[in-house]
Amino acid sequence: MTHEHFDAIVVGAGPSGNAAAYTMAQRGLKVLQIERGEYAGSKNVQGAILYSDALEKIIPDFRDEAPLERHVIEQRIWMMDDAGHTGMHHRSDDYNEDRPNRYTIIRAQFDKWFNRCVREIGVTVLFETTVTSLITDENKRVIGVQTDRDGNGIFADVVVLAEGVNGLVGQRSGLRRELRPEDVALAVKEMHFLPQEVIDARFNLKGEEGVVIEAMGTITDGMVGTAFLYTNRESISVGVGCLVSEFAKSGEATPHGILDRFKNHPSIKALLEGSEIKEYAAHLIPEGGFRAVPELVGDGWIVVGDAGHFVNAVHREGSNLAMTTGRLAGEVVANILGSCMTCTRDNLQTYVRQLEDSFVMKDMKKYKNVPRMLEQGGRHIMDLYPRLLNRSAQTWFRVDGKDKKSKESDILRSARQARGLTGLLGDAFKLARAWR
Amino acid sequence: MQIFVCIKQVPDSGQIRVHPVTNTIMRQGVPTIINPYDLFGLEQALRLRDRFGGEVTVMTMGPPMAVDSLRKALTYGADRAVLLTDRVFAGSDTLATSYALSNLILKAGETWGAPDIVFCGKQTIDGDTAQVGPGIARRLGLSQLTYVSGIDDMDLTDRQILVRRRGDHGVQVLRSQLPVMVTMMEGSNEIRRGTQADALRAARAEVVKWNAATVGIPDVSLCGLRGSPTVVKKVFAPTAREEKAEMVATTDQSPVAMADALINQIFTRQPALQDDLLRQAAGH
Repeated sequence: MTHEHFDAIVVGAGPSGNAAAYTMAQRGLKVLQIERGEYAGSKNVQGAILYSDALEKIIPDFRDEAPLERHVIEQRIWMMDDAGHTGMHHRSDDYNEDRPNRYTIIRAQFDKWFNRCVREIGVTVLFETTVTSLITDENKRVIGVQTDRDGNGIFADVVVLAEGVNGLVGQRSGLRRELRPEDVALAVKEMHFLPQEVIDARFNLKGEEGVVIEAMGTITDGMVGTAFLYTNRESISVGVGCLVSEFAKSGEATPHGILDRFKNHPSIKALLEGSEIKEYAAHLIPEGGFRAVPELVGDGWIVVGDAGHFVNAVHREGSNLAMTTGRLAGEVVANILGSCMTCTRDNLQTYVRQLEDSFVMKDMKKYKNVPRMLEQGGRHIMDLYPRLLNRSAQTWFRVDGKDKKSKESDILRSARQARGLTGLLGDAFKLARAWR
Repeated sequence: MQIFVCIKQVPDSGQIRVHPVTNTIMRQGVPTIINPYDLFGLEQALRLRDRFGGEVTVMTMGPPMAVDSLRKALTYGADRAVLLTDRVFAGSDTLATSYALSNLILKAGETWGAPDIVFCGKQTIDGDTAQVGPGIARRLGLSQLTYVSGIDDMDLTDRQILVRRRGDHGVQVLRSQLPVMVTMMEGSNEIRRGTQADALRAARAEVVKWNAATVGIPDVSLCGLRGSPTVVKKVFAPTAREEKAEMVATTDQSPVAMADALINQIFTRQPALQDDLLRQAAGH
């Protein structure tokens, strides 16, 4: 048999790989997608929130068919201490719109659907097949892939690396460096089953409405990390994530230990009361930000999604960046091959330029100093400030015969004692600079 | 040689949950797999094909989504796949299923050549009846070889097959005239990993889709719910047993030491048992 040749090979069937494969096949390319899992989504873990905008640009009428759980009408952001939380809630009936902006989803189901769309538009998809290495020609140009199944290499004009956070293929082929522990978070999550009516009542929801809680504070033991709780139709996703470097530093903290603490926190426990755990999953999230983004293009290869570290940790965005980078890469490749040019590094640079013009790189750049700031001052942000905030709230709300002016100076004094005036100003300055 | 393999797409029973309130089985979101017992038949079929030549056709009756299981069977190396799907088959019990499948086998036989062997799973993990294979054999007049642990030989000129069958008290060695219906014992082989060429072919293959009309089912009233005398009276989740499991740990990890520790535990709790056993041992 002569060897197999495709226009493009996509490594991975997550959001970025599906977006890239779909976009290229839609534009007439002959595409092969290779996924190591038993089905698309079987290896993927996310909270998970779907951001409509990124998917709409690929499949405009996705709402008709995609398995969606609830559209988000309320966002809660909590700063937790050991006894409670102080936070901000934003809820609006405006989110009950024809084309809601955010949905909670269950990735195993959603990814299966997305990948079915990919297959239906003509992409050939291999499951349970792992790409072991990239094949290069004498000029180090990538010309195909080798898989773990018996057989010869499979060849293509371009290989789209949508292989996820670990980026093993790229790493093995020397296209990127090994992951650094400070650039990835280890996240664990559980799905808790509860009847739909119970969730509706507990979170004040009706119909398909959903609530999202993002939390940080003393639950992570001072480590840089966050926790979340998302309402699905008849289950609740609850999870925590902390930087791998922080786990290493702590030596004692474990992901499931922190998750247990979160679940047993007085603010959370009642919300999960009586639920049954459906599944437990763990995954790495690239949170190194802009500075961790590897080389994105080379001769015959292009990187999308988590493999390119496209995650906005501050805004908890990732799948939308994955879909957007996948789509842009697909468009660029289709344009290059459509004009009978080759996918050289120079030609693929268009992708990088388009990313820079889009929200993807603009947002990544905006927060490029956040990881470093957290590395240096994380303990205060994760532990000291949540405590201060909750203590101050108590001082403010407790009625105990003390006059208000004294209460205010109590609050100020406790803040100054905890961090010192220079420390407080320094933190504010660093935060402002990182946020800019 | 033509070999047909009947498979069934089943919910992965390891991942089925029972609704805590209504006590019904929650199928939604449960991944589907090929009935694991069917894979022993499929692998045996592929081995026979590799040795004697011919073709392996996998087939199933089920909803349109069963195409995923057929495609997976192609990935393992089957030559073609056929899906029999039609609303009239909805709600089939084992009697109606064996009726539909035997007609599917007849039609497939007309199309690609009559089968020398039809493999079925010993049973399914969702129904657990072990009735469909024998039902097909009876309807098509095939010799049935159930609980086969190995195929020792086959002679295509004499049209004979020699198998080992697991009996109640040992192993039977049986010779039979082809065509036969075989159900394989679990553990008799291990499904192979298809080659890259198989995987590519499977990904691109068109699964043949037939309905009741194309297959030419003689009497549709024998299909689906109408043709199914079986009635499910009740589905319930057994309540968990009261007594808790207990870990017995030993520092010495040798089997003898672990057995000793276990026996000591039992005897401590039930001193009467120890006396009783000692008395019996003395008596003998």
